[in-house]
Amino acid sequence: MAPPARQFSYRRHADQDRAPQSVAYHPVVVVGAGPVGLSLAIDLALRGQSVVLLDDADRIGDGSRAICFSKRSLEYWDRLGVADRMIDKGVVWKVGKIFLGPEMLYQFDLQPEDGHKMPAFINLQQYYAETFLVDGALAHPGIDLRWRNKVTGLVQRNDHAELTIDTPDGPYALRASYVIACDGARSPLRSMVGADFEGEVFEDQFLIADVRMTAEFPTERWFWFDPPFHSGQSALLHRQPDDVWRIDLQLGPDADPLEERRPERVRPRIARMLGHDDFEFEWISVYKFQCRRMRNFVHDRVIFAGDAAHQVSPFGARGANSGLEDAENLAWKLALILSGDAPATLLASYDAERGFAADENIRASTHATDFIAPHSKQEQRLRQAVLALAKEADFAKRMVNGGRLSVPSIYQTPLSTADSDDWHAGPTPGAHMPDVPLVSDDGAQVFLSERFAQAGRRFAVLHSDAAVIELPDGIARLAIGDDAQLRDHSGLFKARYGADAGTAYLLRPDGYVAARFRHPTPAAITAAHARAIGQV
Amino acid sequence: MPLSVQSNFADPDAAYRRIVEAHRGLGDAQSALLDAALVLILANHIGDIAVLDDAIALAKRRLPEDTRSTATI
Ligand SMILES: Cc1cc2nc3c(=O)[nH]c(=O)nc-3n(C[C@H](O)[C@H](O)[C@H](O)COP(=O)(O)OP(=O)(O)OC[C@H]3O[C@@H](n4cnc5c(N)ncnc54)[C@H](O)[C@@H]3O)c2cc1C
Repeated sequence: MAPPARQFSYRRHADQDRAPQSVAYHPVVVVGAGPVGLSLAIDLALRGQSVVLLDDADRIGDGSRAICFSKRSLEYWDRLGVADRMIDKGVVWKVGKIFLGPEMLYQFDLQPEDGHKMPAFINLQQYYAETFLVDGALAHPGIDLRWRNKVTGLVQRNDHAELTIDTPDGPYALRASYVIACDGARSPLRSMVGADFEGEVFEDQFLIADVRMTAEFPTERWFWFDPPFHSGQSALLHRQPDDVWRIDLQLGPDADPLEERRPERVRPRIARMLGHDDFEFEWISVYKFQCRRMRNFVHDRVIFAGDAAHQVSPFGARGANSGLEDAENLAWKLALILSGDAPATLLASYDAERGFAADENIRASTHATDFIAPHSKQEQRLRQAVLALAKEADFAKRMVNGGRLSVPSIYQTPLSTADSDDWHAGPTPGAHMPDVPLVSDDGAQVFLSERFAQAGRRFAVLHSDAAVIELPDGIARLAIGDDAQLRDHSGLFKARYGADAGTAYLLRPDGYVAARFRHPTPAAITAAHARAIGQV
Repeated sequence: MPLSVQSNFADPDAAYRRIVEAHRGLGDAQSALLDAALVLILANHIGDIAVLDDAIALAKRRLPEDTRSTATI
C-alpha cells in the first residue's frame, strides 16, 4: 500500500576528510530537503550562490502530507523552472463545495477570472513535488545535496555558525555564514538555538486516508459537516493524481489513534462514505493538529523557514504553501547580502514580513479548526446555529468555515514606499503582482509572470510605455504598450494595475510591489529601490 | 458609530417581552440555541465590528462572577 518511493544514495564528501583545525566553509548551508529547503536551494543557486543542502534521510515517499499547492507556489516554482512537471502531473482545481448533511450549502470558486498563467490550485502528492524539486536541484551545479547528513550540533560564532553533522562514515563539521533551518516541524535546529515554539494543540483527531479507486467525482474540494456517512463529524474528499483520493474524517478527541489506523477499522468507514468497497489504501494516518510559531525567525546566523518556523493545521493548505513563500522571500534578500549588495539588516524584513504572514496563516487555520471542532458546548451551539441558518441566510453561509484556502499576505513593511499618488486599482505596495496575459512584439501570447521571471529574478520596473525613464543599474525593464515589446491587447494590464499612461511599478525580486508612481522619476525609483533593499 | 445604549424602542416592554416569549416552552438547550441564532442574526444586521466589540465588552462587564468560584469566598 506504500506510495512510490525514491531512493537516493549517501556519498562521502571531501569536506569530511578535513582536519578539525581546517573545517570547510560554505557561504550558505540549508538544512532539510523538504519542499521548502529544496526550493530555497534552487532559488539561491539561480541567484548565483553555491549552496550545501543537507538531509538526514535518503528517500522520498513516506506518508500522506500536502496535496494542495497554491497559485502563488506554482508561480514561484515556475520562476524556479520546475512548475511544468508539477502541473503536468497534478490535477487542476478551483471549486470547493460545502455540504451540511446530504445537502450542498454553497460553493466557492478560487479563481473566477481568466488571464492568469497559473491555476488557483493543483493537487499533487507531496512526494511528487519533492521528487521534481530534487531533480531540479540535482540539475544545478551550484547545489551540493548531501543525503544522510544529519545535523546534530550547532555553535554560533561572531561571523559564522559551525554545524556538527552525523553521517554513515561518522561525524564532521561545516562552517557557514548563514545556516537556513528548513528541518520541519520538529526542527532539531530550533532546539539547538534554544528557541520557543508556542501555540495551540487541537484536541480533535483526524483520520487521513489516501485511497486508490476509479471514481467519477468532479475535481473539486468537497467538505461535509455532519454527513450521513459520518454522523456528527466532518469529512473531506479531494482528488489527487493516479486515481488517488484524499479522505479526511474527523474522529473527535477520544479516539484511539492506534486502533483507528488499522485498515480493517478504516475500510468500513470509507465504504460507508463511498457507498462501495472497491478501493485500495495507499496510506492511512491519524493526526492531531497544531498552530504555533517561533517568536523570531532569525537567530543570529541561523534563519528558520517553513514548518521549522511555523506550523498550521491543514484546513486551508497553508503549510507548505506558506513555507514556499518564506523561501521566496528569503532567497533574494540572502543573495543580495552575500554578494555585498544589501546590508545584513535586510534580514529583519524577512522576520517581519514572514512573521506577519505566519500570524495571518495561524489565525485563518485556527478559525477553521475551531469551527470544525468547537471547544465548548456554547461554541458548538453557535456553530449549529450558523449551519442551520446557512440554509436560508447568506450571511450565515459566509460564516461556515471548512478552511479558507491559502492566499498571499499583503505586507505592511518598511521595504515599501507609501503611495503618493491616487490609485483606483492595482496592487498596493506590499501586495503580490497579479498576472496578466500579454502579446509580445513578435505576436506570441505570453504572461507577465513569465516575462518577469525571464528578466532575471531581480528588481524590475513595470511601466506603460509612455513612461520612458532611466533606470538605476541592475533593474530590469518591462515596458507594456503599443510601441513596446509587450502589448496589452486584452486591456487587463490597464485594468489590473490601474495603469494609465505614464504609470510605473517597482517590483521586488519575489514579485511583490515595492513602490508605484503615476509620474515616475529616476530619483524616486532609486530611492524606492534603496528602501526595498534595506539601505534606509 | 459607537454602540448605542439609549433606549431605541418606542415600547421597550414589548421588545423585552418578545424575547422572553420566544423562549417560553423551550428547554435550556433549545433556549441556548435560540439565543445563539439571535445573536448571529442581529450581529449581522448591525454589520459593524466595532459596535459588536462594544456590545461584547458591555455584556461581559455586567456578567455575574462564576457562581462556583464565588461560592467559596
Ligand atoms: C495531513 C497533512 C496534510 C497537509 N496538507 C497540506 C496541503 O494541502 N498544502 C500545504 O501547503 N501544506 C500541507 N501540509 C503541510 C506540509 O506537509 C508541510 O507544511 C511541509 O511539509 C513543510 O515543509 P518543510 O520543507 O518546511 O518541512 P518538511 O517537509 O518536514 O522537511 C523537513 C526536512 O528536514 C529534514 N531534517 C530534519 N531534521 C534534520 C537534521 N537534523 N539534519 C538534516 N535534515 C533534517 C527531514 O528529513 C525533512 O526532509 C499538510 C500536512 C499534513 C500533516
